[in-house]
Amino acid sequence: MSASQRRDTRSERRHDTRLDLGRLFASLRGLVVKETRHVLRDRQTLAILLLMPLVQVLLYGFAIRTDVRGVNVAVVDPTPDAVTRALVLRVDGSVRHDVLDVFPTSDPLEQQFAAGRIRQAIVLPTDVSRRIARAEPLAVQVITDGSDPNAGSAMASYAEAIVRRWYAESVVAERGPAALRGGGSAQIAVETRMRFNPTMESANLFVPGLIALVLTIVSAMMTAIAITREKELGTMEMLLVSPLRPATIIVGKVVPYAVLGIMNIGIVLGAARVVFDVPVRGSIPLLLAQCALYVVTTLALGIVISTGARTQRTAMLAALGGLLLPTIMLSGFIFPIDSLPTPLKAISNIVPARWFLVIVRGIMLKGSGMSVLWQETLVLFGLTTALLAVGIRRLSVRLD
Amino acid sequence: MNAPPDKAPPASPHTASAPLADSAPLAIDARGLTRRFGDFTAVNAITFDVRQGEVFGFLGANGAGKTTAMRMLIGLLEPTEGSAIVAGVDVVHDADAVRRRIGYMSQRFSLYDDLTVQENIRLFGAIYGLSDARIAERSEVLLARIGLLESRKELVRRLPLGWRQQLAFSVALLHEPQVLFLDEPTGGVDPITRRVFWELIYETAAAGTTVLVTTHYLDEAEYCDRLTIMVDGSIAVAGSPGEVKRALGVTTLDEAFLHLTRPAAAT
Repeated sequence: MSASQRRDTRSERRHDTRLDLGRLFASLRGLVVKETRHVLRDRQTLAILLLMPLVQVLLYGFAIRTDVRGVNVAVVDPTPDAVTRALVLRVDGSVRHDVLDVFPTSDPLEQQFAAGRIRQAIVLPTDVSRRIARAEPLAVQVITDGSDPNAGSAMASYAEAIVRRWYAESVVAERGPAALRGGGSAQIAVETRMRFNPTMESANLFVPGLIALVLTIVSAMMTAIAITREKELGTMEMLLVSPLRPATIIVGKVVPYAVLGIMNIGIVLGAARVVFDVPVRGSIPLLLAQCALYVVTTLALGIVISTGARTQRTAMLAALGGLLLPTIMLSGFIFPIDSLPTPLKAISNIVPARWFLVIVRGIMLKGSGMSVLWQETLVLFGLTTALLAVGIRRLSVRLD
Repeated sequence: MNAPPDKAPPASPHTASAPLADSAPLAIDARGLTRRFGDFTAVNAITFDVRQGEVFGFLGANGAGKTTAMRMLIGLLEPTEGSAIVAGVDVVHDADAVRRRIGYMSQRFSLYDDLTVQENIRLFGAIYGLSDARIAERSEVLLARIGLLESRKELVRRLPLGWRQQLAFSVALLHEPQVLFLDEPTGGVDPITRRVFWELIYETAAAGTTVLVTTHYLDEAEYCDRLTIMVDGSIAVAGSPGEVKRALGVTTLDEAFLHLTRPAAAT
């Protein structure tokens, strides 16, 4: 190369740097528009992708969540009187519970649970009325059959709610409404205990797991398929031979699937709220931010798969076997992590859905904030960064 | 406006088969270019150069290494050894700058068939950083030349294969590359389209763009200004079609090709 040519190249490069951002933006816009057209023109796939989360919510909601109606309850009441009878009537009167027996001691409970005659017991202490009248702390125990964790947690929270409402009314009746102010409710401690599955690890609503599942399909699988499709068709070669950097190509490719993924989160949360009245107890912005992080995680998973897979078929099978199954089986979605055999428990640590589930359950069901969830968030963030690095690195090793 | 110069029939842009002056600047300068995959040497220290405005043929049997060589020249594959200057830029050190100055048409049809003609052009225009006005201007010229102006809103999938290939060719020229790489551009198209294709290639070369083309069709190789025939990763013979035939003592490139690629049959 002659000296003058070299100078040309160098000055051109300077010139390029100035234009790089504008150029990059124009290229990215071109890629995103193109990818969006691919998505919008494949109407069948688009319809499936948008309807699937809705169908899944209904399916999991109706079929898998056990209906908690007609739960047989025993009440243990050592010192029955009008106040405790009010509780029995209240429990029996609720649409979900039927009081079968009132026992003076908790001795028969063991046998009643084992025989399956009752699924729940409410154990009162002695001298309930006196304790309420004197504003002494009242410790009530709610024991629930936890063999079906989903139903168990629902039963437990319904029973607890009834007990608390009864307590509040009793306090008002005995000591007037003023007694409730100044932390009157703190005087009752409802201890919920699970039989058969004491930790209730998987006792959760199905929504967090469902979000993970849907995102795995929409963001990870569709990204993997869309990228391998270009490899299969030969169009990826045209992009790689252009001045675009691999990272730009990938960002342009995944943006529409990120948008689809976020739309799907909205569908799942909305449907769960409208149809099954599933609340979000914690901060919604935090929930959305965490979901956005997980969208990036799944996109990265899709990219990693696409760099290994040569055909769309391989990509799809890899996504199903390598992503969907772990997301269902090893994330705590269906089986509690604690109940997994040790090797699988170890593997579950690198399944991003496992961490995502803890986070979303925390926010949705317990109202937890970042002060509680920062470790899981950090792990998820770390996994995502690692996956992205691997994906982009493997893509940079250009096609052979 | 002056009358346009007469359009030549498909014959070399450099009339009277006079090769370009040896002093013409080089568009491609490959020195000892080598690529190994493990123990297998796909391309073995090839050295050749292509002058600006030349139509250069890259011949060889399947697996002889021509596609691998081309992929190194367009920055899709890193050479294991050797160097190559393409359009004045070192492929090894500045592949990005090379990619900006070259056009490439792969042997597979590689436009998006669920996009329209125009959408494909806009996409590649954006990728190469052309302004909207420039894209509109270039697409007008290129589409008019292949008679696709009327079909610009058509989905590419609906176009006949011959047209699709010509469109892919035009898209490769959209950003006015200095060197155009064509990997078996006429594979699977009918003889008429092949002829049209070579007219396009000549027009492109006449306008000053260097064209490097791989092909299986030896009659097409006769159209090239110069060519190389690769055998087992090395260049077996190089020169103008006439020189190659003289060097091997044969009368057609067909014979030259057989002579080189099937030496066992000769003994």
